[in-house]
Amino acid sequence: MAKKQVLVACGAGIATSTVVNGAIEEMAKENNLNVDLVQIKIAEVGGYVDTADLLVTTAMTQKEYPFPVINARSFLTGIGTDATKQEILTALQK
Amino acid sequence: MVSNVYFNESVILLNMEAASKEEVLEKMGDNLLSQNLVKESFIPALIAREEEYATGLPTAGVAVAIPHTDVEHVQRKAISVGVLKEAVEFGVMGDDKETIPVRIVFLLAMDEAHSQLTLLQQLMGVFQTEETLMSILKEENKTNIRSLLEEKLDFGVLEGEN
Repeated sequence: MAKKQVLVACGAGIATSTVVNGAIEEMAKENNLNVDLVQIKIAEVGGYVDTADLLVTTAMTQKEYPFPVINARSFLTGIGTDATKQEILTALQK
Repeated sequence: MVSNVYFNESVILLNMEAASKEEVLEKMGDNLLSQNLVKESFIPALIAREEEYATGLPTAGVAVAIPHTDVEHVQRKAISVGVLKEAVEFGVMGDDKETIPVRIVFLLAMDEAHSQLTLLQQLMGVFQTEETLMSILKEENKTNIRSLLEEKLDFGVLEGEN
């Protein structure tokens, strides 16, 4: 399976994307997924439209992207984490 | 690299009264500024960031917010805890319409991007434990809150000890 580029973004690229990045890293290991995680600020997503396969973010995006966008707030609140993980897995296994 | 995050009673604010989220951020930011933990630009940057990317989280039992902003406004990394006397509406993270009544604010003053993973994960762990959040909400003694959080979070080498 080709390596997938996953963007992990929040407003500042400091706090929440760090936590979400850690969670996806763990998930990728458990499921033997080959991913290239890129932690950025949401404002920087535009620079990756040609290369990214998925955007996981805690910030809102009004823009349309050529790849799926998954809201990762559940990784911070613990409410609905399993559903979000499943969503990410499904997107990556396509 | 030694990574110590400034945290003690002086950055714990209890029974805070504020009419708006901006006032909460100003009061908490002013407190950090008076201790030279942040630069003067921190407060306007914090307010602008909260407006653009809200940080309210619908956590179990009591909602929290984790305002933060860019690293260049920070002098010394710190976590400040503010417990509000009455709930103040914050926007919900990742949502441009919804707001949530927040009672506990964890202000993150970080001086490096992409760092403090363990501490941040532990902090999210606190958010996911209703019992801990309720204890913080009810506690009237700053030292008890400090001890409770030091038990749950690894601040690295702690400074500012009395």
